[in-house]
Amino acid sequence: MNIAGIELKNPTILASGIMGTTGAALARMGRNGAGALVTKSIGPVPKKGHNNPSMVELECGYINAMGLPNPSYSGFCEEIGIAKSKTDAPLIASIFGGDSAEFTEVARGLLSSKPDCFELNVSCPHAEGYGASVGTDPDLVHEITASVVDAVDVPVWVKLTPNVTDITSIGRAAETAGASAVVAINTVRGMAIDIHSGYPILGNRFGGLSGPAVKPVAVKCVYDLYKALDVPVIGVGGITCPQDAIEMILAGASAVEIGSAVHDDTQIFETINKGIDAYLQKYGYSKTEDIAGLSHEMI
Amino acid sequence: MRPIHSKITEIIEESPNVRTFFFDTHFETAIPGQFVMVWVHGTDEVPMTLSGKNSITVQKVGDATSRMFELGIGDHMGLRGPFGRGFTPPEKDEKVLFIAGGVGAAPIAPLADIIKARGIEGHTILGSRCCDEILFRERFACGRVDITTDDGSEGRSGFVTDQLAETDTSDYDRIYVCGPEIMMYKVFEILKTRDVHVKTEFSLHRYFKCGIGVCGACSMDPEGLRVCRDGPVFNGSELEGSEFGHYERDSSGCKCHF
Ligand SMILES: Cc1cc2nc3c(=O)[nH]c(=O)nc-3n(C[C@H](O)[C@H](O)[C@H](O)COP(=O)(O)OP(=O)(O)OC[C@H]3O[C@@H](n4cnc5c(N)ncnc54)[C@H](O)[C@@H]3O)c2cc1C
Ligand SMILES: Cc1cc2nc3c(=O)[nH]c(=O)nc-3n(C[C@H](O)[C@H](O)[C@H](O)COP(=O)(O)O)c2cc1C
Ligand code: FES
Repeated sequence: MNIAGIELKNPTILASGIMGTTGAALARMGRNGAGALVTKSIGPVPKKGHNNPSMVELECGYINAMGLPNPSYSGFCEEIGIAKSKTDAPLIASIFGGDSAEFTEVARGLLSSKPDCFELNVSCPHAEGYGASVGTDPDLVHEITASVVDAVDVPVWVKLTPNVTDITSIGRAAETAGASAVVAINTVRGMAIDIHSGYPILGNRFGGLSGPAVKPVAVKCVYDLYKALDVPVIGVGGITCPQDAIEMILAGASAVEIGSAVHDDTQIFETINKGIDAYLQKYGYSKTEDIAGLSHEMI
Repeated sequence: MRPIHSKITEIIEESPNVRTFFFDTHFETAIPGQFVMVWVHGTDEVPMTLSGKNSITVQKVGDATSRMFELGIGDHMGLRGPFGRGFTPPEKDEKVLFIAGGVGAAPIAPLADIIKARGIEGHTILGSRCCDEILFRERFACGRVDITTDDGSEGRSGFVTDQLAETDTSDYDRIYVCGPEIMMYKVFEILKTRDVHVKTEFSLHRYFKCGIGVCGACSMDPEGLRVCRDGPVFNGSELEGSEFGHYERDSSGCKCHF
């Protein structure tokens, strides 16, 4: 299926930051059935990330503040090469920077390793000066997107933060700047406190919520973006089973990304793909495109 | 799971740089080789093997471990676990060899406790830098114990590999190894030339961020195996042709060669 300029093997994509630090780990997820692979977000210089605890499973999902650890684009080209050589799933390079110049530097720096697409992380909720710090301002998102689109010859997707009043205004900024798709959502800003010691649990004190708790938030964001934009929307947030993926597609997603659910099952992509196929067959559809956004017609 | 608020109930000074901390939290279902993430409030959270159902044995190396050494009985740490894949315990009639270097004795000692309780005889090669740093010699006393010290202050002068070179390994059904990676790799090479590495289990160490198998920080080349979830214990055959003994990654994901 061709979605937003790349040929996906199926509609389930590995989300950024999950098994995405090495080429070998990415390739493993490709072997496990992911239709495309998004790398960990890569930036201009090596970054250690926040102190631990950096990810904890809560009652309703997960909370994390990794702090964008990465070896920088020069350290990561080799990993993209390895991932590409070991799997035929398209490889999407997730990148971040503090401004359009940094974003463009990172994108250019990774081009030699031939990623099939770029995903711009303007949505990480817990890295000062990066991610959502830039992704809540439509003008900045427009500038960053336009400058990366200009610098590369592959599709550019923009991953949005739900931590805004109106996600569609940011989506529109990305679209008018030339993004081939928007991806929604990154984690929802959140916090967990250990009531016995009084300490916030994450090393960074606060972070981002993911997993089942955020699915309704993601579904609503995808629903709104589908209505507001012409470019495809990729849905992500809380998908753990075929029903979740189908719900997201009915809301308007052309494809879905899966993150936290890899915790329970590294074969999750295969499971969800099979479930989507069974659903399509049961209700008499031939492909996921036939049901994308269908819930908008049910008024 | 959230970290379990755990009170320190006892501290044993094993050597100048190694202490065992006992807690009021017991991980009854833990298998030897499994680990917990230990949250030192306000500092960091680091992986530690369970050296018993309610204990960790810690070598002071940096921020988190130094802070732990300032804590006393009645103080608290947060514990999450048990996580990861532990050792495969031996069957009743199997012959067992333990090879432990330094604080690497911590994950293996609970196995020695098990075989002792089951009446199985175990042979141990126990290495350390000097006589003051030999860990758990009494827990390994379930058969022959060969001690090696780097400085020759007790037992054989040299490394565990020197002792292993002279040990006939053809008879053992299971060989369990933990220690610094270079030591483990030398052991792996010796056992591989003897073609017995498939009977061997190694407990590995990589930088852990999430510790629960999601982030990929601890992934090993070339298969993308996660040390925190698919390990930390791996069979020797799983390590053939891998990065084991060659390089690891730091917290930013940059490769560091041994
Ligand atoms: C599965 C596993 C079991 C372990 N069991 C034990 C044990 O039983 N006893 C023991 O003394 N040590 C054990 N370690 C090592 C221990 O986790 C590190 O020595 C400890 O994290 C050091 O923390 P620090 O803040 O004092 O040191 P730092 O100054 O932060 O770092 C010193 C070195 O410790 C290691 N380290 C630091 N943080 C981490 C981390 N999050 N994950 C992995 N390694 C890290 C790195 O190699 C680093 O170079 C184990 C490690 C792993 C992966
Ligand atoms: C441990 C972890 C690390 C993440 N790292 C990144 C990242 O580097 N870049 C990014 O754009 N999103 C990152 N995310 C967000 C996910 O890609 C995804 O948007 C979010 O987790 C919601 O999906 P899920 O509920 O399926 O996990 C991370 C999420 C987790 C849990
Ligand atoms: S530390 Fe995150 S996958 Fe192992």
